[in-house]
Amino acid sequence: MVKIAPLASWNNYPKQICTLHRPERYRQFSPDVESAIARGLGRSYGDAALNEGGQVFLSERLNRILVFDPVRGVLRAEAGVSLDEILRLIVPRGWFLPVSPGTRFVSLGGAVASDVHGKNHHCDGSFGAYVSAIQLALPGAGWVDCSPTANPEIFWATVGGMGLTGFIGEVELQLRPIASAYVRAQHHAASNLDGLFDLFADPDRDAPYTVAWIDCLSSGNKLGRGVLMTGHHAALQELPIGVRSRPYDLPAVKALSVPVNLPGWALNPLSVSLFNEAYFAAQARKRAPFIADLRSFFYPLDNIHHWNRIYGAGGFVQYQFVIPEPGASAALRELLKRIASSRHASFLAVLKRMGPAGSGMLSFPMLGYTLALDLSLRDPDLFKLLDELDELVIEHGGRVYLAKDARLSAASFRKMYPRYGEWLAVKNRLDPDHQVTSSMARRLQLGSAA
Amino acid sequence: MSGWVLLLGASSSIARATANAFAARGYKLCLAGRDVDELERDATDLRIRFDIETCHREFDADRMETHQPFFSEVQLLPGGIEGVVLAVGYLGDSRSSRNNPHLQRVLLTNFVGPAAILALCADYLEARRGGFIVGISSVAGDRGRQSNYVYGAAKGGLSIYLQGLRNRLFPSDVAVLDVKPGFVDTAMTYGLPGLFLVASPAYVGERIVRAVLSRRDVIYTPWFWRYIMLIIRNVPEKVFKRLRL
Repeated sequence: MVKIAPLASWNNYPKQICTLHRPERYRQFSPDVESAIARGLGRSYGDAALNEGGQVFLSERLNRILVFDPVRGVLRAEAGVSLDEILRLIVPRGWFLPVSPGTRFVSLGGAVASDVHGKNHHCDGSFGAYVSAIQLALPGAGWVDCSPTANPEIFWATVGGMGLTGFIGEVELQLRPIASAYVRAQHHAASNLDGLFDLFADPDRDAPYTVAWIDCLSSGNKLGRGVLMTGHHAALQELPIGVRSRPYDLPAVKALSVPVNLPGWALNPLSVSLFNEAYFAAQARKRAPFIADLRSFFYPLDNIHHWNRIYGAGGFVQYQFVIPEPGASAALRELLKRIASSRHASFLAVLKRMGPAGSGMLSFPMLGYTLALDLSLRDPDLFKLLDELDELVIEHGGRVYLAKDARLSAASFRKMYPRYGEWLAVKNRLDPDHQVTSSMARRLQLGSAA
Repeated sequence: MSGWVLLLGASSSIARATANAFAARGYKLCLAGRDVDELERDATDLRIRFDIETCHREFDADRMETHQPFFSEVQLLPGGIEGVVLAVGYLGDSRSSRNNPHLQRVLLTNFVGPAAILALCADYLEARRGGFIVGISSVAGDRGRQSNYVYGAAKGGLSIYLQGLRNRLFPSDVAVLDVKPGFVDTAMTYGLPGLFLVASPAYVGERIVRAVLSRRDVIYTPWFWRYIMLIIRNVPEKVFKRLRL
């Protein structure tokens, strides 16, 4: 059976009528229809996993783990498996994901399609760098296997390709060995943006995992004040004596939940600045290194189920962009000033240093700095502001992250993604009639010329 | 916990969830069904996640001539079969199943085939003097309604059959559990209009394993279906025949 229903992703915007399929057998997971997109756990922000008026194939019941080699750390699974399920299997056996996005409730296929990055991008690159093979379902042509060496152009069009080269069916991944399920973390406060960039650039403060939180509402000489959070996988001797005998056991955490959509006015400049004051003060107090378990370090928001509901039923957008080095700090200062002066309340703003770009043709990361902010959709002028920000991002050679995007224009996309032409050539060869498509693909006109 | 649990119709989502719940308790699992490619994936997944022994076999409840050779082979698994979960089922289209050949197919897959294979399982477990049989029936078998009485008749027949087996196997210490699921979120019900209080397969699977391990006779799952069906069974026929259900 199929279900015809309004569908939205994590940010609740846009909401579109789609025809949903939920296959339970691997061979039924195939785009052999006129207009279809695969959807994992719906954690992207926007229309990447929507297909208005078309078909959406949910991968959630195709979640079988097919290979796990605990000696070499190789895992192969169906695309619908969540990173959470993978972690439950691998952490007790001494392995971790090579790259972790901010939530573990994403599907393996979604992580590949978005070529997600994590706190270690500046050291280790993005998710796609650790994918050793993909099995892709093509319309009318069955399955094709690709890897960095076999059909490499299909592989690198698929990594970061937003699910548009075909349905990602199986993924093989190289894992990262860990000595414990804990991280040794440290916080460093900075009173403004310059201070924060100094911290990022300071080799003594650098660590395999770094990320900074920024208070978007402070301005003047406090513009860009924030906290840099760093960490590395804890070695056995860094753990408290009590847990050394069982280094891979995670403490049970009781997750909280936001039970209902909050009213639209709940987030306003006053409530957000009060939150930011309190959060800044609390985080900045943790000067000394401390031991955190993997879940609280990598996935702090996963402990609050349905946190998206604080933005109300109308939803929100996330604006994430990257600005290349050199010149990132000056550009970010300009962008932050625009955001701060617009008084669009942003709850969460995350700044992250990125390493060199990977090989994915439509992958987001590039050497520089990325900033992500959540913005409520209550303000009618929001999209105008974001269009202006797009211009600044393009001017500085940067780009917007498609997995977080619900509103970028087709023209701006072409200026941000110079390898689009190369990607389109592969797409046209694999799927000449563009049967695999999404609302995002139509909005960005991913079919017409570069 | 020395023997294997044999799952018949193992690629259905309720069977998969039941397999997970058994696997989490360390049972060895033999998955049997028509779609061998799928069963191989499931068997591999269970082996990796739960570090248990698994195997898979081709089995078609509709082809009764294959039951004897099938069962003769699986009973040779080292340690033998300790329990059987029958999750074979076919809802069909309720309108077309009023007529041949759909009518025959619905009766065959939901009742005749299951009765035939369970007969072999019952003889085996009776001789082994222990173990269990689980049959997945349906609340639809509790009372005939115009919307799905063919399916309901087959499932009701299965429930009576399980009842008889329970009576017969009681002296041999073989537990027989009849599971009557209400609405479960499976491929069979996905997108059907008019469903309410739909349970997840994982919930149902866990309830099934708990019930069989505590040697229950009949369970409704989720539990409140016992009371819904209590009411439905007790509406006088004079009234019931006038309803549009």
